[in-house]
Amino acid sequence: MKESVKHLLHGTRQAVLVTVVLMLICGLLFPCLLTGLSALIFPDQAGGSLITVNGQTVGAKHVGQEFTEDYYMWSRPSAYHYNVYTEDENGNQYYNDGTEFPGIGSGSNNYAPSNPALTERVEADIEAFLEKNPDVKREDIPTDLLTASGSGLDPHITPESAEVQVPRIAKASGLSEDEVRQIVENHTQGKVWGIFGEDRVNVLEVNIEIAQSMGIL
Amino acid sequence: MLQIIVTIILYLIMVIPVGIYVYHIAAGKHTFADPVFDRVDGVIYKISGIKPQNGMNWKKYALALLGTNAVMILLGYIILRIQSIALFNPNGIGNMEESLSFNTIISFMTNTNLQHYSGESGLSYLSQMLVITFMMFVSAASGYAACVAFIRGLAGKTKDNVGNFFADLVRITTRVLLPFSIIGGLLLVWQGVPQNFSGNVVVDTIEGVKQVIAMGPVAALEIIKHLGTNGGGFLGANSSTPIENPTIISNLIELYSMMLLPGACVITFGKMVRDRKREIAAAKNGGEAESELAGMGKVRRSFTVWMYGREGRSIFAAMGIIFVIGLSVCFWSESQGNPALADVGLSQSMGSMEGKEVRFGIAQSAMFTTTTTSFTTGTVNNMHDTLTPLGGMIPLLHMMLNVVFGGKGVGLMNMIMYAILAVFICGLMIGRTPEYLGKKIEGREMKLTALCIIIHPLLILAFSALAVGTQAGLAGITNPDFHGLSQVLYEYASSAANNGSGFEGLADNTLFWNITAGLAMFFGRYLSIVIQLAIAGSLMKKRFVNESAGTLHTDSFSFAVILVFVVYIFAALTFFPVLALGPIAEHLTLWA
Repeated sequence: MKESVKHLLHGTRQAVLVTVVLMLICGLLFPCLLTGLSALIFPDQAGGSLITVNGQTVGAKHVGQEFTEDYYMWSRPSAYHYNVYTEDENGNQYYNDGTEFPGIGSGSNNYAPSNPALTERVEADIEAFLEKNPDVKREDIPTDLLTASGSGLDPHITPESAEVQVPRIAKASGLSEDEVRQIVENHTQGKVWGIFGEDRVNVLEVNIEIAQSMGIL
Repeated sequence: MLQIIVTIILYLIMVIPVGIYVYHIAAGKHTFADPVFDRVDGVIYKISGIKPQNGMNWKKYALALLGTNAVMILLGYIILRIQSIALFNPNGIGNMEESLSFNTIISFMTNTNLQHYSGESGLSYLSQMLVITFMMFVSAASGYAACVAFIRGLAGKTKDNVGNFFADLVRITTRVLLPFSIIGGLLLVWQGVPQNFSGNVVVDTIEGVKQVIAMGPVAALEIIKHLGTNGGGFLGANSSTPIENPTIISNLIELYSMMLLPGACVITFGKMVRDRKREIAAAKNGGEAESELAGMGKVRRSFTVWMYGREGRSIFAAMGIIFVIGLSVCFWSESQGNPALADVGLSQSMGSMEGKEVRFGIAQSAMFTTTTTSFTTGTVNNMHDTLTPLGGMIPLLHMMLNVVFGGKGVGLMNMIMYAILAVFICGLMIGRTPEYLGKKIEGREMKLTALCIIIHPLLILAFSALAVGTQAGLAGITNPDFHGLSQVLYEYASSAANNGSGFEGLADNTLFWNITAGLAMFFGRYLSIVIQLAIAGSLMKKRFVNESAGTLHTDSFSFAVILVFVVYIFAALTFFPVLALGPIAEHLTLWA
């Protein structure tokens, strides 16, 4: 009996000590080491790849933003409005559409393909889009532009979705369509090694260049 | 299509060196990095009072695993409950509530990583590191240790020694998980995953409004999340967010990190079993054995045998076949788009893009979805709730099967349960005593195997029945009609398979869902591991039987095919009725 109690105590001691040691190595040492190494080798990426224009931080390269002006390119719909919000003088925070901003988040509406709420949302978005883009035919709207991404933070749209917006942007911004197309092309990336991923346009980068060409930034 | 094929080919090439390395670690063989690691491990053993040479029998091993995990659960729970302290907490996060803490800690200890909280608002950086990142290492190492012990039992050199749990836990952590994580973590940072301790950044956008951008030690968590087949994200939307997964390259790094080690586990199995066969042959025939083996090779000794070992190859092939079938269905279904959206005039030529990211598209989303549920990681790069019905049925089905590569070691153990079952069924058909790996399969092993196989569907179906039968359960469902049932099934399949992905629409942070999912995860993990170790312990004690003309060869391709059929038949019998009521019914109504 005594022997087994001794064994148990010995085993427990090992279990507790190995837990504490591994917790410090894996949970503290490893993240700190990685933070140090990243700060040395990849300082920009480790800090979140923030984009600075004229000394002011305006966004991050990999995080999408919501845009509402006609002369800017629009992103895909997002249940979290890309965490873009306004603050009134009392400190209340609202999304651009006036609903309350509950704090930072990510995700989608999680509508099943058979959920009527999905078709309602898409239908409303189609009408709104056609109203602002009278030259575009309903069947020419690319799928990605009016479906929500998984993260609600997708920084990209497809080149097709950029193309259907070109006439509207040109009209509203005063730039020529070719100038806008050139800007879009500057920020379009193809598949990696021609194989992996998809062709995509970074919306924030396009809009920064549009703003610069218009002389408002 | 092309990128899926290239992705798989690259995997098949990369898994070999990793498999060889892991085999060396598991079998305690010499590797090039020993001078460094021996010293590191020596220090850890000394502090913790571990004597690595002291072997354990399966009962002691299982007890050590359970005891150590219990200590980890306790410490982790305490940290979650006091995380509001001002240590690594720049965003001022509060303490976690009891039932959510219970669910979270079970979820991470069992390698499930089901998340009923959202990382941005639910955890401080201290918890993200000391609890989440830490548990991602040790839960993976625990699962792998159990699997290594299980293989040692099957490949049995001794009658009762399956190894020392503490030594396995430490060796796997320091020699496999940590070095891979440092390299992979740096690669992820290179691609743009943040790794810092600053609070969330608020910027002024060019439209004159504000945007808040998440920061934190993301890369450290991100890499072990995949390497350890854990899956719990730093942020609510997991690897679909461009913060956790900014580019297609980071997506591939994450994809391969979750695929490599489970695949390597099968190779380890094949090689350890082969070692034992060689030893027996050598002992029997002296010098002749080697030449006999080489002679056989003229006909059958191929590259794949060298890679995976004979027995490993047929298991790997069976897993591969099921994986490719699932992937094809998922990719095809997502490419078809959503007819409901086509009806309102939105072109579906790109496929179903709701819930998917532009940079990944349909192909890499389908690949990731199938992989994350086959390798029981649970990380997502698109929202599974929004998948087309049949596209969403594949992840659900693969979690129900729970044998397609599987998480750290566990998938292999489950597949061997089915292998034993397949041998048994074939044995009945040809009227021979079933044998597997040179051991007779008898009543005790069959009873334990049947028990092990039945636990999984029992957990999923019983809890689902409970949820749809109670008000508290029904309250969580957010999508109407058939899809609601799919949400419930998915939650429990994910819990019982220790996967952790979710049909995230489910409003699951309630007392009912926290407790029931927590129990499903707990039993799904520990009951299986203990039973499987018991089977290994029972097989160890038996003598090897000589191969005869009547022996069913388990190292052939035809056995792999039989295995696939056994897996599908049992899954179909068990789960087809609920699948028909969930995803299949939704598909039929949507396309009607």
